[in-house]
Amino acid sequence: MIGASAALPPFAAALEAGWSVLFVDFPFERHYVESIIYVSLYVSLTAVVLSTLFSLPVAMLVGFSDFPGKGFVVAVINTGMGFPSVVVGLVVLFAVSSQGPLGAFDLVFTREAMIMSQFVLATPVITGVSLAAVTSVEQGVRDAAYAMGGTRLDVALVTIKEARYGIVTGILAGLGRAISEVGSVLIVGGNIAGPEGHSVTRTLTTAIQLEARQGRFELALILGAILVTLVLLINGVVLRLGGGRI
Amino acid sequence: MQRRTFLATAAGGMATALAGCTDNSDGNESHDAEILDETLTLTTTTSTYDTGLLDEINVAFQERYGARVEAVAQGTGAALETARNGDSDVVMVHARELEDEFIRGGYGVNRRDLMFNDFVVVGPDDDPAGIDGMDEVTTAFETIADTESVFVSRGDNSGTHAKELSIWDESPTEPGGEWYREAGSGMGEVLNQASQSGAYALADRGTFISMQAEIELDIRVEGPIEGGPELLENPYGIVAVNPGVHDHVNYDLAMAYIGFLTSLEGQQLIEEYTVEGEQLFFPEAVSDDPNFQQYVPEDWSSTTD
Repeated sequence: MIGASAALPPFAAALEAGWSVLFVDFPFERHYVESIIYVSLYVSLTAVVLSTLFSLPVAMLVGFSDFPGKGFVVAVINTGMGFPSVVVGLVVLFAVSSQGPLGAFDLVFTREAMIMSQFVLATPVITGVSLAAVTSVEQGVRDAAYAMGGTRLDVALVTIKEARYGIVTGILAGLGRAISEVGSVLIVGGNIAGPEGHSVTRTLTTAIQLEARQGRFELALILGAILVTLVLLINGVVLRLGGGRI
Repeated sequence: MQRRTFLATAAGGMATALAGCTDNSDGNESHDAEILDETLTLTTTTSTYDTGLLDEINVAFQERYGARVEAVAQGTGAALETARNGDSDVVMVHARELEDEFIRGGYGVNRRDLMFNDFVVVGPDDDPAGIDGMDEVTTAFETIADTESVFVSRGDNSGTHAKELSIWDESPTEPGGEWYREAGSGMGEVLNQASQSGAYALADRGTFISMQAEIELDIRVEGPIEGGPELLENPYGIVAVNPGVHDHVNYDLAMAYIGFLTSLEGQQLIEEYTVEGEQLFFPEAVSDDPNFQQYVPEDWSSTTD
Protein backbone atom coordinates (compact mmCIF):
# COMPACT_ATOMS: atom_id res chain seq x y z
CA MET A 1 0.00 0.00 0.00
CA ILE A 2 1.06 3.52 -0.51
CA GLY A 3 2.20 4.97 2.76
CA ALA A 4 2.01 8.68 3.45
CA SER A 5 5.47 10.08 3.09
CA ALA A 6 6.89 13.52 3.68
CA ALA A 7 9.20 13.12 0.69
CA LEU A 8 6.38 13.09 -1.83
CA PRO A 9 6.25 15.94 -4.29
CA PRO A 10 3.17 18.15 -3.99
CA PHE A 11 1.46 16.62 -7.01
CA ALA A 12 1.80 13.10 -5.67
CA ALA A 13 0.74 14.26 -2.22
CA ALA A 14 -2.37 15.79 -3.75
CA LEU A 15 -3.03 12.53 -5.52
CA GLU A 16 -2.64 10.69 -2.29
CA ALA A 17 -5.23 12.89 -0.67
CA GLY A 18 -7.32 12.14 -3.72
CA TRP A 19 -7.23 8.41 -3.01
CA SER A 20 -9.11 8.80 0.24
CA VAL A 21 -11.70 11.02 -1.44
CA LEU A 22 -12.25 8.35 -4.06
CA PHE A 23 -12.35 5.60 -1.39
CA VAL A 24 -9.67 3.82 -3.34
CA ASP A 25 -7.13 1.80 -1.49
CA PHE A 26 -4.45 1.71 -4.14
CA PRO A 27 -3.41 -1.91 -4.12
CA PHE A 28 0.13 -1.74 -5.50
CA GLU A 29 3.47 -0.64 -4.17
CA ARG A 30 4.27 2.62 -5.94
CA HIS A 31 7.78 1.45 -6.56
CA TYR A 32 6.49 -1.73 -8.20
CA VAL A 33 4.22 0.10 -10.62
CA GLU A 34 6.84 2.72 -11.38
CA SER A 35 9.46 0.15 -12.23
CA ILE A 36 7.02 -1.70 -14.48
CA ILE A 37 6.22 1.55 -16.28
CA TYR A 38 9.92 2.25 -16.53
CA VAL A 39 10.66 -1.16 -18.09
CA SER A 40 7.72 -0.85 -20.49
CA LEU A 41 8.90 2.55 -21.67
CA TYR A 42 12.58 1.65 -21.72
CA VAL A 43 12.08 -1.46 -23.83
CA SER A 44 9.52 0.00 -26.23
CA LEU A 45 11.19 3.36 -26.73
CA THR A 46 14.62 1.80 -27.28
CA ALA A 47 13.16 -0.64 -29.78
CA VAL A 48 11.30 2.14 -31.60
CA VAL A 49 14.36 4.43 -31.75
CA LEU A 50 16.50 1.63 -33.17
CA SER A 51 13.72 0.65 -35.49
CA THR A 52 13.30 4.21 -36.75
CA LEU A 53 17.04 4.51 -37.42
CA PHE A 54 16.77 1.35 -39.48
CA SER A 55 13.42 1.97 -41.11
CA LEU A 56 13.85 5.49 -42.49
CA PRO A 57 16.87 4.74 -44.71
CA VAL A 58 15.17 1.55 -45.88
CA ALA A 59 11.98 3.45 -46.70
CA MET A 60 14.00 6.07 -48.62
CA LEU A 61 15.98 3.46 -50.51
CA VAL A 62 12.97 1.38 -51.43
CA GLY A 63 10.87 4.46 -52.17
CA PHE A 64 13.29 6.19 -54.52
CA SER A 65 14.95 3.46 -56.43
CA ASP A 66 13.82 0.94 -58.94
CA PHE A 67 15.13 -2.56 -58.77
CA PRO A 68 13.91 -5.99 -59.73
CA GLY A 69 11.77 -7.47 -56.98
CA LYS A 70 10.79 -4.10 -55.53
CA GLY A 71 7.14 -5.12 -55.49
CA PHE A 72 8.08 -8.21 -53.51
CA VAL A 73 10.03 -6.19 -50.93
CA VAL A 74 7.06 -3.86 -50.45
CA ALA A 75 4.77 -6.85 -50.08
CA VAL A 76 7.09 -8.34 -47.43
CA ILE A 77 7.10 -5.06 -45.49
CA ASN A 78 3.34 -4.82 -45.61
CA THR A 79 2.92 -8.43 -44.54
CA GLY A 80 5.32 -7.83 -41.66
CA MET A 81 3.00 -5.18 -40.25
CA GLY A 82 0.53 -7.85 -39.27
CA PHE A 83 2.99 -10.52 -38.23
CA PRO A 84 1.76 -12.37 -35.13
CA SER A 85 3.78 -11.33 -32.11
CA VAL A 86 3.90 -14.73 -30.41
CA VAL A 87 5.57 -16.14 -33.50
CA VAL A 88 8.13 -13.35 -33.37
CA GLY A 89 8.61 -14.15 -29.68
CA LEU A 90 9.20 -17.83 -30.43
CA VAL A 91 11.71 -17.09 -33.18
CA VAL A 92 13.60 -14.61 -30.99
CA LEU A 93 13.53 -17.13 -28.13
CA PHE A 94 15.13 -19.74 -30.37
CA ALA A 95 17.72 -17.21 -31.46
CA VAL A 96 18.71 -16.11 -27.95
CA SER A 97 18.32 -19.43 -26.14
CA SER A 98 21.64 -20.79 -24.98
CA GLN A 99 21.33 -23.44 -27.70
CA GLY A 100 20.51 -20.84 -30.37
CA PRO A 101 22.80 -18.85 -32.68
CA LEU A 102 23.00 -15.93 -30.22
CA GLY A 103 23.23 -18.22 -27.19
CA ALA A 104 26.72 -17.05 -26.29
CA PHE A 105 25.43 -13.57 -25.45
CA ASP A 106 23.22 -14.87 -22.65
CA LEU A 107 20.23 -12.81 -23.71
CA VAL A 108 17.32 -15.04 -22.79
CA PHE A 109 14.98 -13.48 -20.18
CA THR A 110 16.58 -10.04 -20.53
CA ARG A 111 15.37 -6.62 -21.61
CA GLU A 112 17.70 -6.83 -24.60
CA ALA A 113 15.82 -9.87 -25.89
CA MET A 114 12.56 -7.99 -25.43
CA ILE A 115 13.98 -5.06 -27.38
CA MET A 116 14.93 -7.45 -30.17
CA SER A 117 11.44 -8.86 -30.48
CA GLN A 118 9.83 -5.42 -30.34
CA PHE A 119 12.29 -4.20 -32.95
CA VAL A 120 11.16 -7.00 -35.23
CA LEU A 121 7.53 -6.09 -34.58
CA ALA A 122 7.84 -2.32 -34.95
CA THR A 123 10.16 -2.18 -37.95
CA PRO A 124 7.69 -3.28 -40.66
CA VAL A 125 5.10 -0.84 -39.32
CA ILE A 126 7.46 2.13 -39.29
CA THR A 127 9.02 1.17 -42.62
CA GLY A 128 5.68 0.54 -44.30
CA VAL A 129 3.99 3.75 -43.20
CA SER A 130 7.11 5.84 -43.87
CA LEU A 131 7.43 4.27 -47.30
CA ALA A 132 3.88 5.24 -48.13
CA ALA A 133 4.58 8.76 -46.86
CA VAL A 134 7.79 9.36 -48.78
CA THR A 135 6.49 7.90 -52.04
CA SER A 136 3.52 10.22 -51.84
CA VAL A 137 5.79 13.29 -51.76
CA GLU A 138 5.36 14.93 -55.13
CA GLN A 139 8.04 14.33 -57.70
CA GLY A 140 8.16 18.09 -58.26
CA VAL A 141 9.52 18.70 -54.75
CA ARG A 142 12.44 16.38 -55.37
CA ASP A 143 13.05 17.80 -58.83
CA ALA A 144 13.18 21.29 -57.36
CA ALA A 145 15.70 20.18 -54.74
CA TYR A 146 17.89 18.69 -57.47
CA ALA A 147 17.51 21.74 -59.61
CA MET A 148 18.75 23.94 -56.78
CA GLY A 149 21.94 21.92 -56.71
CA GLY A 150 21.10 19.66 -53.79
CA THR A 151 23.07 16.49 -53.16
CA ARG A 152 21.26 13.18 -52.75
CA LEU A 153 21.32 13.71 -48.99
CA ASP A 154 19.72 17.15 -49.35
CA VAL A 155 17.01 15.70 -51.52
CA ALA A 156 16.41 12.96 -48.97
CA LEU A 157 16.16 15.50 -46.14
CA VAL A 158 13.73 17.62 -48.11
CA THR A 159 11.62 14.56 -48.81
CA ILE A 160 11.63 13.53 -45.14
CA LYS A 161 10.60 17.05 -44.22
CA GLU A 162 7.71 16.94 -46.65
CA ALA A 163 6.69 13.47 -45.50
CA ARG A 164 7.16 14.19 -41.79
CA TYR A 165 3.54 13.85 -40.79
CA GLY A 166 3.29 10.39 -42.30
CA ILE A 167 6.64 9.35 -40.82
CA VAL A 168 5.65 10.48 -37.32
CA THR A 169 2.38 8.59 -37.71
CA GLY A 170 4.41 5.52 -38.63
CA ILE A 171 6.69 5.88 -35.61
CA LEU A 172 3.72 6.31 -33.27
CA ALA A 173 2.04 3.29 -34.81
CA GLY A 174 5.26 1.32 -34.30
CA LEU A 175 5.43 2.44 -30.68
CA GLY A 176 1.82 1.47 -30.18
CA ARG A 177 2.56 -1.97 -31.55
CA ALA A 178 5.62 -2.34 -29.32
CA ILE A 179 4.25 -1.08 -26.01
CA SER A 180 0.90 -2.83 -26.18
CA GLU A 181 2.32 -6.15 -27.21
CA VAL A 182 2.26 -9.06 -24.74
CA GLY A 183 2.92 -12.35 -26.54
CA SER A 184 6.55 -11.99 -27.48
CA VAL A 185 7.79 -10.08 -24.41
CA LEU A 186 6.25 -12.73 -22.18
CA ILE A 187 8.07 -15.49 -24.04
CA VAL A 188 11.49 -13.89 -24.36
CA GLY A 189 11.41 -11.76 -21.21
CA GLY A 190 9.87 -14.22 -18.78
CA ASN A 191 7.84 -11.58 -16.89
CA ILE A 192 10.45 -11.36 -14.13
CA ALA A 193 10.10 -9.10 -11.12
CA GLY A 194 12.63 -9.06 -8.33
CA PRO A 195 11.55 -10.38 -4.93
CA GLU A 196 11.57 -6.91 -3.44
CA GLY A 197 9.06 -5.87 -6.07
CA HIS A 198 10.95 -4.18 -8.84
CA SER A 199 10.56 -5.15 -12.42
CA VAL A 200 13.37 -6.84 -14.31
CA THR A 201 11.52 -7.84 -17.46
CA ARG A 202 7.94 -7.23 -16.38
CA THR A 203 6.04 -4.78 -18.53
CA LEU A 204 2.57 -3.34 -18.12
CA THR A 205 1.17 -5.89 -20.55
CA THR A 206 2.76 -8.93 -18.91
CA ALA A 207 1.79 -7.61 -15.47
CA ILE A 208 -1.79 -7.36 -16.70
CA GLN A 209 -1.59 -10.93 -17.92
CA LEU A 210 -0.24 -12.05 -14.53
CA GLU A 211 -2.96 -10.27 -12.56
CA ALA A 212 -5.66 -11.67 -14.85
CA ARG A 213 -4.21 -15.16 -14.42
CA GLN A 214 -4.52 -14.79 -10.67
CA GLY A 215 -8.10 -13.60 -10.96
CA ARG A 216 -7.36 -10.07 -9.80
CA PHE A 217 -9.23 -8.45 -12.65
CA GLU A 218 -9.61 -5.08 -10.95
CA LEU A 219 -5.86 -4.74 -10.55
CA ALA A 220 -5.39 -5.86 -14.14
CA LEU A 221 -7.78 -3.14 -15.22
CA ILE A 222 -5.94 -0.50 -13.21
CA LEU A 223 -2.71 -1.46 -14.98
CA GLY A 224 -4.63 -1.42 -18.26
CA ALA A 225 -5.80 2.10 -17.54
CA ILE A 226 -2.20 3.12 -16.83
CA LEU A 227 -1.09 1.59 -20.14
CA VAL A 228 -3.80 3.30 -22.15
CA THR A 229 -3.04 6.60 -20.43
CA LEU A 230 0.64 6.25 -21.22
CA VAL A 231 -0.03 5.61 -24.91
CA LEU A 232 -2.40 8.57 -25.05
CA LEU A 233 0.14 10.77 -23.27
CA ILE A 234 2.96 9.85 -25.62
CA ASN A 235 0.80 10.45 -28.66
CA GLY A 236 -0.41 13.72 -27.20
CA VAL A 237 3.10 14.92 -26.36
CA VAL A 238 4.46 14.03 -29.79
CA LEU A 239 1.61 15.73 -31.62
CA ARG A 240 1.75 18.71 -29.28
CA LEU A 241 5.48 19.15 -29.79
CA GLY A 242 4.73 19.26 -33.46
CA GLY A 243 2.17 21.93 -32.67
CA GLY A 244 -0.03 20.34 -35.29
CA ARG A 245 2.60 21.45 -37.76
CA ILE A 246 4.79 18.38 -37.82
CA MET B 1 -16.81 -5.60 -6.81
CA GLN B 2 -19.39 -2.87 -6.83
CA ARG B 3 -19.61 -0.86 -9.99
CA ARG B 4 -18.89 2.41 -8.16
CA THR B 5 -15.79 1.14 -6.43
CA PHE B 6 -14.67 -0.36 -9.68
CA LEU B 7 -14.97 2.87 -11.63
CA ALA B 8 -13.25 4.79 -8.90
CA THR B 9 -10.43 2.25 -8.95
CA ALA B 10 -10.01 2.54 -12.68
CA ALA B 11 -9.98 6.32 -12.51
CA GLY B 12 -7.40 6.16 -9.75
CA GLY B 13 -5.19 4.04 -11.95
CA MET B 14 -5.13 6.66 -14.65
CA ALA B 15 -4.17 9.34 -12.19
CA THR B 16 -1.31 7.18 -10.95
CA ALA B 17 0.05 6.88 -14.43
CA LEU B 18 0.53 10.61 -14.34
CA ALA B 19 2.18 10.41 -10.95
CA GLY B 20 4.50 7.70 -12.17
CA CYS B 21 5.68 9.95 -14.94
CA THR B 22 6.42 12.93 -12.79
CA ASP B 23 8.26 11.71 -9.75
CA ASN B 24 10.65 9.15 -8.44
CA SER B 25 11.83 7.89 -11.78
CA ASP B 26 15.24 7.16 -10.29
CA GLY B 27 13.84 4.29 -8.24
CA ASN B 28 15.28 1.74 -10.59
CA GLU B 29 18.85 2.87 -10.70
CA SER B 30 19.18 3.08 -6.95
CA HIS B 31 17.94 -0.47 -6.69
CA ASP B 32 20.24 -1.92 -9.28
CA ALA B 33 23.19 -0.39 -7.48
CA GLU B 34 22.60 -2.47 -4.34
CA ILE B 35 22.48 -5.74 -6.15
CA LEU B 36 25.49 -7.83 -6.93
CA ASP B 37 26.14 -8.88 -10.47
CA GLU B 38 25.21 -12.48 -9.92
CA THR B 39 21.73 -13.56 -10.75
CA LEU B 40 20.19 -16.96 -10.48
CA THR B 41 17.55 -17.88 -13.03
CA LEU B 42 14.89 -20.11 -11.53
CA THR B 43 12.19 -21.64 -13.66
CA THR B 44 9.26 -22.80 -11.66
CA THR B 45 5.60 -23.60 -11.70
CA THR B 46 2.86 -21.04 -11.59
CA SER B 47 1.63 -22.52 -8.29
CA THR B 48 4.71 -21.57 -6.25
CA TYR B 49 4.80 -18.20 -7.95
CA ASP B 50 1.16 -17.18 -7.79
CA THR B 51 0.81 -18.04 -4.12
CA GLY B 52 3.52 -15.51 -3.27
CA LEU B 53 5.76 -18.06 -1.54
CA LEU B 54 8.68 -17.40 -3.86
CA ASP B 55 8.72 -13.70 -3.12
CA GLU B 56 9.10 -14.52 0.55
CA ILE B 57 11.89 -17.06 0.05
CA ASN B 58 13.76 -15.05 -2.52
CA VAL B 59 13.90 -11.91 -0.42
CA ALA B 60 15.49 -13.95 2.37
CA PHE B 61 17.93 -15.57 -0.04
CA GLN B 62 18.88 -12.23 -1.46
CA GLU B 63 19.52 -10.82 2.00
CA ARG B 64 21.74 -13.76 2.84
CA TYR B 65 23.72 -14.06 -0.39
CA GLY B 66 23.33 -10.67 -2.05
CA ALA B 67 22.45 -12.43 -5.27
CA ARG B 68 19.23 -11.85 -7.10
CA VAL B 69 16.83 -14.62 -8.02
CA GLU B 70 15.00 -14.14 -11.29
CA ALA B 71 11.97 -16.37 -11.19
CA VAL B 72 10.22 -17.30 -14.41
CA ALA B 73 6.84 -18.93 -13.82
CA GLN B 74 6.06 -21.36 -16.62
CA GLY B 75 4.40 -24.57 -15.55
CA THR B 76 6.32 -27.76 -14.88
CA GLY B 77 6.68 -28.97 -18.47
CA ALA B 78 7.92 -25.65 -19.82
CA ALA B 79 10.11 -25.02 -16.77
CA LEU B 80 11.94 -28.31 -17.31
CA GLU B 81 12.22 -27.67 -21.05
CA THR B 82 13.76 -24.25 -20.44
CA ALA B 83 16.23 -25.85 -18.03
CA ARG B 84 16.97 -28.58 -20.56
CA ASN B 85 18.00 -25.86 -23.00
CA GLY B 86 20.31 -24.41 -20.38
CA ASP B 87 18.31 -21.22 -20.04
CA SER B 88 17.85 -21.54 -16.30
CA ASP B 89 20.12 -22.55 -13.44
CA VAL B 90 17.67 -24.33 -11.17
CA VAL B 91 14.13 -25.67 -11.44
CA MET B 92 11.45 -26.04 -8.77
CA VAL B 93 8.61 -28.23 -9.96
CA HIS B 94 6.05 -30.79 -8.85
CA ALA B 95 5.84 -33.75 -11.17
CA ARG B 96 8.12 -36.55 -10.03
CA GLU B 97 7.94 -38.51 -13.27
CA LEU B 98 8.96 -35.51 -15.36
CA GLU B 99 11.72 -34.66 -12.89
CA ASP B 100 13.00 -38.23 -13.10
CA GLU B 101 13.01 -38.03 -16.89
CA PHE B 102 14.92 -34.75 -16.66
CA ILE B 103 17.53 -36.31 -14.36
CA ARG B 104 17.78 -39.53 -16.38
CA GLY B 105 18.45 -37.42 -19.46
CA GLY B 106 21.47 -36.01 -17.64
CA TYR B 107 20.15 -32.46 -17.51
CA GLY B 108 19.57 -32.24 -13.78
CA VAL B 109 21.68 -33.07 -10.74
CA ASN B 110 21.28 -33.02 -6.97
CA ARG B 111 17.53 -33.24 -6.72
CA ARG B 112 16.07 -32.62 -3.28
CA ASP B 113 12.59 -33.05 -1.90
CA LEU B 114 11.58 -29.57 -0.84
CA MET B 115 8.04 -29.43 0.43
CA PHE B 116 4.58 -30.73 -0.24
CA ASN B 117 1.00 -29.74 -0.23
CA ASP B 118 -1.91 -31.45 -1.86
CA PHE B 119 -4.42 -31.27 -4.64
CA VAL B 120 -8.12 -30.81 -4.13
CA VAL B 121 -11.07 -31.27 -6.44
CA VAL B 122 -13.03 -28.04 -6.52
CA GLY B 123 -16.51 -27.50 -7.85
CA PRO B 124 -19.49 -25.16 -7.88
CA ASP B 125 -21.95 -24.57 -5.04
CA ASP B 126 -24.74 -26.76 -6.40
CA ASP B 127 -22.37 -29.70 -6.96
CA PRO B 128 -24.18 -31.10 -10.04
CA ALA B 129 -22.25 -34.37 -10.00
CA GLY B 130 -22.86 -34.86 -6.29
CA ILE B 131 -19.25 -35.68 -5.41
CA ASP B 132 -19.05 -33.64 -2.22
CA GLY B 133 -17.06 -35.37 0.49
CA MET B 134 -16.14 -38.45 -1.53
CA ASP B 135 -13.21 -40.41 -0.08
CA GLU B 136 -11.81 -41.62 -3.38
CA VAL B 137 -10.81 -39.13 -6.01
CA THR B 138 -11.04 -41.79 -8.71
CA THR B 139 -14.69 -42.35 -7.84
CA ALA B 140 -15.27 -38.61 -7.93
CA PHE B 141 -13.70 -38.35 -11.39
CA GLU B 142 -15.76 -41.32 -12.56
CA THR B 143 -18.93 -39.65 -11.29
CA ILE B 144 -18.05 -36.39 -13.03
CA ALA B 145 -17.54 -38.31 -16.27
CA ASP B 146 -20.74 -40.35 -15.86
CA THR B 147 -22.87 -37.29 -15.17
CA GLU B 148 -21.02 -35.38 -17.89
CA SER B 149 -20.53 -32.44 -15.55
CA VAL B 150 -18.25 -29.77 -16.95
CA PHE B 151 -14.61 -30.28 -15.97
CA VAL B 152 -11.88 -27.78 -16.81
CA SER B 153 -8.46 -29.31 -17.32
CA ARG B 154 -5.17 -27.41 -17.31
CA GLY B 155 -4.20 -29.08 -20.57
CA ASP B 156 -0.79 -27.39 -20.44
CA ASN B 157 1.63 -30.17 -19.52
CA SER B 158 2.00 -28.75 -16.01
CA GLY B 159 2.48 -30.71 -12.83
CA THR B 160 -1.20 -30.36 -12.01
CA HIS B 161 -2.12 -31.55 -15.49
CA ALA B 162 0.18 -34.56 -15.12
CA LYS B 163 -1.50 -35.37 -11.80
CA GLU B 164 -4.95 -35.02 -13.33
CA LEU B 165 -4.07 -37.38 -16.16
CA SER B 166 -2.70 -39.94 -13.72
CA ILE B 167 -5.99 -39.81 -11.79
CA TRP B 168 -7.96 -40.37 -15.00
CA ASP B 169 -5.64 -43.31 -15.68
CA GLU B 170 -6.55 -44.83 -12.33
CA SER B 171 -10.27 -44.30 -12.75
CA PRO B 172 -12.36 -46.55 -14.96
CA THR B 173 -13.53 -43.73 -17.26
CA GLU B 174 -11.75 -41.71 -19.86
CA PRO B 175 -12.09 -37.94 -20.13
CA GLY B 176 -13.45 -36.61 -23.38
CA GLY B 177 -16.54 -35.15 -24.94
CA GLU B 178 -18.31 -31.84 -24.64
CA TRP B 179 -18.05 -31.69 -20.86
CA TYR B 180 -14.25 -32.01 -20.75
CA ARG B 181 -12.53 -28.73 -21.53
CA GLU B 182 -8.80 -28.35 -21.96
CA ALA B 183 -7.99 -24.75 -21.09
CA GLY B 184 -4.31 -24.86 -21.99
CA SER B 185 -3.50 -22.26 -19.36
CA GLY B 186 -2.29 -21.68 -15.83
CA MET B 187 -3.97 -22.68 -12.57
CA GLY B 188 -5.38 -19.23 -11.94
CA GLU B 189 -6.98 -19.00 -15.37
CA VAL B 190 -8.44 -22.49 -15.02
CA LEU B 191 -9.94 -21.65 -11.62
CA ASN B 192 -11.44 -18.49 -13.06
CA GLN B 193 -12.82 -20.39 -15.99
CA ALA B 194 -14.27 -23.13 -13.79
CA SER B 195 -15.78 -20.51 -11.51
CA GLN B 196 -17.40 -18.68 -14.42
CA SER B 197 -18.85 -21.80 -15.99
CA GLY B 198 -19.79 -23.70 -12.83
CA ALA B 199 -17.33 -26.46 -13.54
CA TYR B 200 -15.11 -28.86 -11.62
CA ALA B 201 -11.34 -28.69 -11.68
CA LEU B 202 -8.33 -30.23 -10.06
CA ALA B 203 -6.38 -27.53 -8.23
CA ASP B 204 -3.41 -27.35 -5.94
CA ARG B 205 -4.55 -26.27 -2.53
CA GLY B 206 -2.12 -23.34 -2.42
CA THR B 207 -3.41 -21.58 -5.52
CA PHE B 208 -6.99 -22.37 -4.55
CA ILE B 209 -6.62 -20.81 -1.11
CA SER B 210 -4.85 -17.75 -2.45
CA MET B 211 -7.68 -17.21 -4.97
CA GLN B 212 -10.59 -18.37 -2.85
CA ALA B 213 -11.90 -14.86 -2.26
CA GLU B 214 -12.09 -14.16 -5.98
CA ILE B 215 -13.92 -17.25 -7.18
CA GLU B 216 -17.12 -19.16 -6.49
CA LEU B 217 -15.80 -22.65 -6.01
CA ASP B 218 -15.54 -24.92 -2.99
CA ILE B 219 -13.45 -27.93 -2.17
CA ARG B 220 -15.43 -31.07 -3.03
CA VAL B 221 -12.81 -33.73 -2.49
CA GLU B 222 -10.09 -33.08 0.07
CA GLY B 223 -6.43 -33.95 -0.34
CA PRO B 224 -4.25 -35.87 2.15
CA ILE B 225 -3.55 -32.79 4.29
CA GLU B 226 -7.19 -32.87 5.37
CA GLY B 227 -7.41 -36.64 5.42
CA GLY B 228 -8.12 -37.20 1.73
CA PRO B 229 -6.59 -39.89 -0.52
CA GLU B 230 -2.82 -40.21 -0.88
CA LEU B 231 -3.23 -40.00 -4.64
CA LEU B 232 -3.77 -36.26 -4.25
CA GLU B 233 -0.45 -35.52 -2.60
CA ASN B 234 1.65 -32.88 -4.29
CA PRO B 235 5.37 -33.05 -3.58
CA TYR B 236 7.70 -30.32 -4.82
CA GLY B 237 11.28 -30.98 -5.78
CA ILE B 238 14.18 -28.73 -6.64
CA VAL B 239 16.88 -29.68 -9.13
CA ALA B 240 20.08 -27.95 -10.25
CA VAL B 241 20.83 -27.88 -13.96
CA ASN B 242 23.82 -30.11 -14.71
CA PRO B 243 26.87 -27.88 -15.29
CA GLY B 244 28.46 -30.81 -17.13
CA VAL B 245 25.88 -30.40 -19.89
CA HIS B 246 25.54 -26.62 -19.81
CA ASP B 247 28.81 -25.17 -18.61
CA HIS B 248 27.48 -21.62 -18.52
CA VAL B 249 24.87 -22.22 -15.82
CA ASN B 250 25.47 -20.70 -12.41
CA TYR B 251 25.88 -23.99 -10.59
CA ASP B 252 27.42 -22.61 -7.39
CA LEU B 253 24.57 -20.21 -6.90
CA ALA B 254 22.02 -22.88 -7.80
CA MET B 255 23.44 -25.13 -5.09
CA ALA B 256 23.51 -22.23 -2.64
CA TYR B 257 19.81 -21.72 -3.39
CA ILE B 258 19.00 -25.40 -2.96
CA GLY B 259 21.06 -25.41 0.23
CA PHE B 260 19.24 -22.36 1.57
CA LEU B 261 15.78 -23.69 0.76
CA THR B 262 16.51 -27.06 2.34
CA SER B 263 18.15 -25.54 5.42
CA LEU B 264 16.34 -25.12 8.72
CA GLU B 265 15.93 -21.43 7.94
CA GLY B 266 14.49 -21.99 4.46
CA GLN B 267 12.23 -24.76 5.67
CA GLN B 268 10.98 -22.57 8.47
CA LEU B 269 10.11 -19.83 5.97
CA ILE B 270 8.07 -22.36 4.02
CA GLU B 271 6.41 -23.62 7.19
CA GLU B 272 5.48 -20.12 8.30
CA TYR B 273 4.15 -18.84 5.00
CA THR B 274 0.42 -18.38 5.19
CA VAL B 275 -2.30 -16.86 3.05
CA GLU B 276 -5.48 -15.82 4.80
CA GLY B 277 -4.31 -17.66 7.86
CA GLU B 278 -3.77 -20.99 6.13
CA GLN B 279 -0.44 -22.72 5.72
CA LEU B 280 0.07 -23.48 2.02
CA PHE B 281 3.21 -25.61 1.90
CA PHE B 282 4.64 -28.20 4.26
CA PRO B 283 8.43 -28.48 4.36
CA GLU B 284 9.93 -31.95 4.06
CA ALA B 285 13.60 -31.46 3.23
CA VAL B 286 14.80 -31.70 6.81
CA SER B 287 13.94 -34.91 8.53
CA ASP B 288 15.56 -37.37 10.90
CA ASP B 289 14.53 -40.03 8.45
CA PRO B 290 15.85 -38.87 5.09
CA ASN B 291 14.48 -40.47 1.99
CA PHE B 292 17.43 -41.57 -0.12
CA GLN B 293 15.17 -42.16 -3.08
CA GLN B 294 14.85 -38.42 -3.54
CA TYR B 295 18.31 -38.07 -5.07
CA VAL B 296 17.78 -40.46 -7.96
CA PRO B 297 14.89 -41.24 -10.27
CA GLU B 298 12.37 -43.65 -8.84
CA ASP B 299 13.04 -47.31 -9.57
CA TRP B 300 16.55 -46.32 -10.48
CA SER B 301 19.23 -48.92 -10.78
CA SER B 302 22.77 -48.33 -11.98
CA THR B 303 22.70 -51.42 -14.16
CA THR B 304 19.64 -50.63 -16.25
CA ASP B 305 20.67 -47.34 -17.80
